[in-house]
Amino acid sequence: MSTLAMPAPNGAILDRRDEIAAALRAIVPGEGVVSSPEEMRPFETDGLTAYRQLPLVVVLPETVEQVAEILKFCDEHAIPVVPRGSGTSLSGGALPLEDGVLLSMTRFNRVLDIDYPNRTATVQPGVTNLAITKAVAAEGFYYAPDPSSQIACSIGGNVAENSGGVHCLKYGLTTNNLLGIEIVLMSGEIVRLGGKHLDSEGYDMLGLLTGSEGLLGVVTEVTVRILQAPETARAVLFGFPTSEAGGACVAAVIAAGIIPGGMEMMDRPAIHATEAYTKAGYPLDVEALLIVELDGPQGEVDFLIGEVETIARRCGASYVRVSQSEAERQLFWLGRKAAFPAVGRIAPDYLCMDGTIPRKQLPNVLARMREMSEKYGLEVANVFHAGDGNLHPLILYDGNKPGEFERAEAFGADILKLCVAVGGVLTGEHGVGIEKRDLMGEMFNEEDLKQQQRVKCAFDPQHLLNPGKVFPVLHRCAELGRLHVHKGQLPHPDLPRF
Amino acid sequence: MLDTPAPLVPRDTADLLDAIRTASDAETPLELYGHGTKRGIGHAVAARQSVELSALSGVIFYEPEEIVISVHAATPMAEIETLLAANRQELAFEPQDYGPLFGLPRGSGTIGGALAANLGGPRRIKAGAARDHVLGIAAVSGRGEMFKSGGRVVKNVTGYDLSKGLSGSWGTLAAFTELTFKVLPRAEFSSTLVVFGLDDAAGVELLCRAMSSPAEVSGVAHFPAATAASLPHIGDNTRACTLIRLEGFKTSVLYRAERLNALIGPGQDLVRLDEEASRDLWQAVRDAEPFADHVDPVWRISTAPMHGPAFVEALRAAVTFRHYYDWSGGLVWIEIPDAPADAGASAIRETLSLFGGHATLVRASGIDPSVRRFQPQPPSLAALSRRLKSAFDPLAILNPGRMG
Repeated sequence: MSTLAMPAPNGAILDRRDEIAAALRAIVPGEGVVSSPEEMRPFETDGLTAYRQLPLVVVLPETVEQVAEILKFCDEHAIPVVPRGSGTSLSGGALPLEDGVLLSMTRFNRVLDIDYPNRTATVQPGVTNLAITKAVAAEGFYYAPDPSSQIACSIGGNVAENSGGVHCLKYGLTTNNLLGIEIVLMSGEIVRLGGKHLDSEGYDMLGLLTGSEGLLGVVTEVTVRILQAPETARAVLFGFPTSEAGGACVAAVIAAGIIPGGMEMMDRPAIHATEAYTKAGYPLDVEALLIVELDGPQGEVDFLIGEVETIARRCGASYVRVSQSEAERQLFWLGRKAAFPAVGRIAPDYLCMDGTIPRKQLPNVLARMREMSEKYGLEVANVFHAGDGNLHPLILYDGNKPGEFERAEAFGADILKLCVAVGGVLTGEHGVGIEKRDLMGEMFNEEDLKQQQRVKCAFDPQHLLNPGKVFPVLHRCAELGRLHVHKGQLPHPDLPRF
Repeated sequence: MLDTPAPLVPRDTADLLDAIRTASDAETPLELYGHGTKRGIGHAVAARQSVELSALSGVIFYEPEEIVISVHAATPMAEIETLLAANRQELAFEPQDYGPLFGLPRGSGTIGGALAANLGGPRRIKAGAARDHVLGIAAVSGRGEMFKSGGRVVKNVTGYDLSKGLSGSWGTLAAFTELTFKVLPRAEFSSTLVVFGLDDAAGVELLCRAMSSPAEVSGVAHFPAATAASLPHIGDNTRACTLIRLEGFKTSVLYRAERLNALIGPGQDLVRLDEEASRDLWQAVRDAEPFADHVDPVWRISTAPMHGPAFVEALRAAVTFRHYYDWSGGLVWIEIPDAPADAGASAIRETLSLFGGHATLVRASGIDPSVRRFQPQPPSLAALSRRLKSAFDPLAILNPGRMG
C-alpha cells in the first residue's frame, strides 16, 4: 500500500493555480480562500497521517450557493475537488490532491432546527457529532451513532463515511438514523433528499449517498433522527480464559434474544496496554475481556443484567464485575475508549485496521493473526466491536526503522484479506478511502466495481469529485456505458414457459 | 392485437442472466415479478414479455446465532417467517402484506418483492424498513450483467451501498438473485395500550409524547372512529382508538406499561391488550385492514409525524375520505370512496406540498393511467433518477414505466 499511486496531477491545472485561486476568491470573498503552503499545511493530511499532500488551494465556503458556484466552476474547468469535514478520516478519504481544490466545510457549523415533537435535528454538515447530542441533551434526547472521534468528527463526514460507533448493533449506523440531506452535485445543482419524513418517493438516493465517501456529492445540510436517552445504562465486565469462551458468550447472549446497547471485546495485549494507561481495573489474568452494556428502562436493565451474568458464567467467565454506579460504568468504558492512545504509548507508531468478520470466526481469525504477527515480527493488539463483528487490530511498529511501516502495511493487508476470506469485509466503519482502495479486488470482481462506478457516472461523469479514492482503477464513463452484445455467449435460451 | 407470450420462468440464476441478456440484445422490455402480489401497485409495465422469478427460491444459509439469513431472491416470505419463528427470530421491519388490500389471500409474496417495494410496517418508526435490514445483494442489471454489493455482516462500508440504492426500486434497476438480511430476536411479549375517544390532533400528540419517552414503544397508531370500528378485539366500538405498543421481555413490557400509564395520565378511558390480541391489532394496522377487500383508491402518505393531522384537516376541504395514522402520525393511510377521476391525486399532492413528504397511490383499480402513482420529483432529482436508471438499465429493459 505504501506504493499507493494517486492520479497523476494535471500540469495544466498546476500552471493555473493563481488564476484558480483568484476565481475562487471571487466566489468566497475575505478569508475563505487559502493558498500559501504554510496556511495550507493543516489540510495536508487527515486521520491517516502516513499520507500527506498539499492541495492546489483550500476554499472554505459559508453558503450552499458558494458551494454550488465552486463546484460548477471546477466542473467547467475540469478541476478535481476533495471535500473535507473535520479531517478525522482514518482511511485517507480527505487526503488532498496536488491538482485539486480542497473544499473545507468547517464553516458550515450551525444548528438550524431542533424539532422535539417530530424528534429531528437539522444541522449544517460541519457541526460535530457530539454537538448534536449536546444541542438536544437538555430535553433528554441524544443522537445515537457515536464514533470514537465524536468530539471532533463532523456530521457531514459521518454521512460520507456511514459512521458507526459502539452502540450501532442496537441503534444502527448513520444510514439508519438519517432522514434527509441537501447535497450539491459536481455540476453545481442543489438537490434535497428526504426531510423529516420516512422513506423515499423514488430511488433510495439517501441510502446511496450515505457512505459514498465524498465521491457523489457534497453534503450541505443534514436532518437526523434524535432519540430519547435511555432511562438508565449499566455495564458488566467479563473476563474469559480463552477468546473462544468470550466469542461463545457473545453468541449466547444474542441467541437468548438480548441485543445489548454495546458489546466490546479486547484481547490480552489490548487489556494490558489499556490497564497500564487508564487504571480502569481490568483483570490481567484473562485472554479476553468483554464489556456488555445494557441500556433502556430501569426494569428491563436490572432484569437483563442478571440474564447476561448467568449466560457468561455458563460460558466459563472467570471474572465478573457489574457496575454499581454511573461512575463505575464510565470507568469500565474508560479503558476501551482509550485503547488507541494506550496502544500508542507502548509503541512509537501503530496502524489501526477495520475489518468485519462473522462473529463465529473470531477465535480462528485471532489465531491466524498471531501467526501473522510472528511472520512479520510485529505485535498486534485487538479491540473488537463484538456485537457486530467489527475488528480493530492495532499493528505496532516503529516508523523510524527502515522497512517497518511497509511491513506493517503488508501485515494489515493480510489481515483484511483474511477477513474477506472468512466471509467478512474490508472495512466496517473507517471507509475505503485510499487505504483499502487497492484491496477492493479482494471483495469485488471487475463487474461489481464497474457497476459501482456507473453509479458514480450518474452523479459526476467527469470523475472530478474525490478521484483516486475507493476505486483501484478509474474507468471513463463513456467506456463504462458501452453495451456488450451477448449473443453467442450463452446457449440458446430454452427457458420453461407455462 | 398479438397474444401476450407466456412468461419466462428461469430455473436458476444462469437462466435469468440468459433471459435478460437476450432481452438486452433484442431491446425487448421485460416485466419482472415474483409471486405477483404487488403487480397492482405502480404503473402498468410497458412490456409484453414477463419473467416470473418464483423458481429462484430457497435458503442459502441461516445462522440464528449470527442473526443473519441468506436466501435466493424469490424465497416466499411465509417460508422465511416460519423458519425464523422456529428460532424465536423475525424480520424486524415487520413487512406489510399487501394481499388483503387487493383482495388476495394472505401469506403470499417473496423476499425479493419485499426489498423491491422497501416494505416497512408499524415498527418501521423504531426499527427501520427493509432497506435498513438488507446486508447484501446479488443481482442482474438491465445490461445483462451479474453484480454483488454488501456482504453478510452488519457493519460494512466497503464501496457504495447498492443494496440500499436498489431497495424500493420496484425491479426497474436490476433483478435480485440472492439477498442477505439481518434478523433479530422476536419479542417475547407484546402489549398494546388502547386509549379511547381522542381526536386526531390529541391522539397524534399523545403518540409523539410516547415516542419521546424512554418507554421504547414499537408501534404508534391512531384511528378515528370511522376506521377504528374495523379493528379486532376492541368490541362494539364507536370511538376513536389511539394505540401504543410495547414489545420485549415480559418483565420489561410490564414495567414500561406502568410508565406509559403515568405518561397518559389519569382520567383517560383505556384498555391494555396483550399477546395475540395485541399482535392481531398490529397486523390490522400493518396491512391497512380497514380498507381490505374494497376497490376504492388507497393512498399511503409519508410526512413528519406532527404534520399528519394538519395535513388531514387541510385535505378535508378538497375531498371526502376515510383515514388512519401509523408511524406516530407520520404515515397516513387514506381511502377515497366516490373518488374524483384522478383518485384525489391533485388535492392530496397540493395539500401535502404545504407540509413536506410524499404520497403513493397504492390501490388504483380503474384509475386513469396518467395519474402518477409515485410522488413526482423536482426536476433536478428526477433527472438524477433517470441517470441512475441508465447506470443500471440503459436500454430500459427492466419493468419500464413501473415507477412512472
